[in-house]
Amino acid sequence: MTAVMEAPPTAEEKTPRRVAMRPGAWIVWGSVAFFLLILLGVVSSVVVNSFGRKWFGGWLPKGWTTHWYGATWKEFDLGGVLTVTLEVALAVVVVSVLVGVPAAYALARRNFPGKRVLMVAFLLPILIPPITYGVPLATVLYKFHLAGRLSGVILANLVPAVPFVILVMTPFIEQIDPKIEAAARMCGARTRVIFTRILGPLLLPGMLAAAILVLVRTVGMFELTFLTAGADSQTLVVALYYSVSASGIRAQQETDAMAVIYTLSMLVLLVAALRFVNPTQLVTQIKERD
Amino acid sequence: MAAAPAVARPRISLRHRLAERGIDRTLLLLLPAVVFVVALFIYPFVYGLQLSFQPQAGSDAANKYGTGPFATYRLFFADPYLRNTIWTTLKIGLPAALFNVLASVPIAYRMRGRFRGKRAVTTILVVPITLGTVLTAEGLLAFMGPTGWLNRILLDVGIVDHPVRLTHNYWGVVFSLTITGFPFAFLLTLSYLTGIDPTLERAASTLGAGWWQRFRHITLPLLAPGLAITFCLSFVLAFSVFPSAIMVGEPARQTRVISIAAFHAAFEQYDYSMASAIAMIMGAVELVVIGLVLAWRARLYKGATGGKG
Repeated sequence: MTAVMEAPPTAEEKTPRRVAMRPGAWIVWGSVAFFLLILLGVVSSVVVNSFGRKWFGGWLPKGWTTHWYGATWKEFDLGGVLTVTLEVALAVVVVSVLVGVPAAYALARRNFPGKRVLMVAFLLPILIPPITYGVPLATVLYKFHLAGRLSGVILANLVPAVPFVILVMTPFIEQIDPKIEAAARMCGARTRVIFTRILGPLLLPGMLAAAILVLVRTVGMFELTFLTAGADSQTLVVALYYSVSASGIRAQQETDAMAVIYTLSMLVLLVAALRFVNPTQLVTQIKERD
Repeated sequence: MAAAPAVARPRISLRHRLAERGIDRTLLLLLPAVVFVVALFIYPFVYGLQLSFQPQAGSDAANKYGTGPFATYRLFFADPYLRNTIWTTLKIGLPAALFNVLASVPIAYRMRGRFRGKRAVTTILVVPITLGTVLTAEGLLAFMGPTGWLNRILLDVGIVDHPVRLTHNYWGVVFSLTITGFPFAFLLTLSYLTGIDPTLERAASTLGAGWWQRFRHITLPLLAPGLAITFCLSFVLAFSVFPSAIMVGEPARQTRVISIAAFHAAFEQYDYSMASAIAMIMGAVELVVIGLVLAWRARLYKGATGGKG
């Protein structure tokens, strides 16, 4: 198995460079271009509107302003919302890595009765849509007075995050040679030392990849946060959604400005993630599991 | 001194026997994760399941069908406004997931080799993941709305006489699901495709197979199990459509999906039994679809694809 981080060792296709493309290629690239054009239109509509003064009909707004960004920042207390988002995301990342990595280690190294059942239990939270288990989960969290505050939001977001870490980390640990651990044990290392000095450094790239992916997923997770958040524990996605449903009283440009802020922060996270993770490698790892 | 080993031996041998079956102290590492899944996933699920069999007093279900265990389910299947949400959700989710998977196959097929700028193209195709449902919805409303750029272009070119209605209906939701779901399906398909050993195709090529034969008889059979998984995951995403169905859809009628019904019951009527029942039905319908796809997948060839390993 290849490491998650490595460059793809695929055998390269030695096709000579052709200037003229075949019709099939034209159709494919044409539809890609069409998709991207629509996408560009969708995104720039929002961006243009967020900088526009007034835009009723016409190709472009009447004038330009950055007023809406300041307004939305103040009105929705985006400073506070961003702090909450950051707190939730970091807590989810830390806890899910702490819980998920040891479990992935045990799953990668041992075969035991009931392992398949356990794997299914870990897979289900990813396979079942968040709303399905989110509604009963929110009910339970409200029963224990955890929902409506930060701890409830963190707990709810952990439900898909921990299985995700396990799923990403198990194949990653499988490709670390167990002989390295055996050799360390031969040299007299205790279990704790093996974990901190041998496995820790080897696992670091994988843990980093898993952590960043969990971070992206948590910041983007709408349903679970929406079901469990209270007034002062909203993350950015949920605040954005509420600003849309309250758009009757506020200028739409404020919502658009907030959406741009959200997308920019997600973009920063995703670009950071893509620097550490090659997405096409990651999924192949998961595929080889089954 | 003689007694001590006699006492210790069965304990050690039990430990050995367990270790031989793979049970030793390493499994303790699983404990936090197991506790976690049981407490936060299985317990709420079971709790919701039993709640769905206990209709709340004074709720619609209890008023109509009594407090018997199946009152909530009977209400769901008797009331067309609730029952039809299943059909509505499937009508939106299945085509959207199918389109995302089918569209990503030719594009990924083109991109499986190495060429300059591949990483850039992949990144651009993946960027829509960052948009989130709200920006996509806002963008669709602005871009495809009656006064948006798209309708302006169509009117100026003369393709249509009056603005086409593409938002606040079925199509708006499908567009939104395509924009958010396609990058995901594409990424998975591309990773499955690059996992197939390219020498297999070259071997077929030396035997005189054209590109269609190579694709139909070599690549597609190897890719099909991966496509089944891609379809399942895309369908999960499309099936749980919630924010976009409200924002770019017509949440009262045409795009009243099942998650809206669940949310409405839980947080507007505060009828948690009904909401749990709807959530359970939603999960069941989704698992049936996934089960059918996976059953089909089980009949496919699933050997080594010879790629990276």
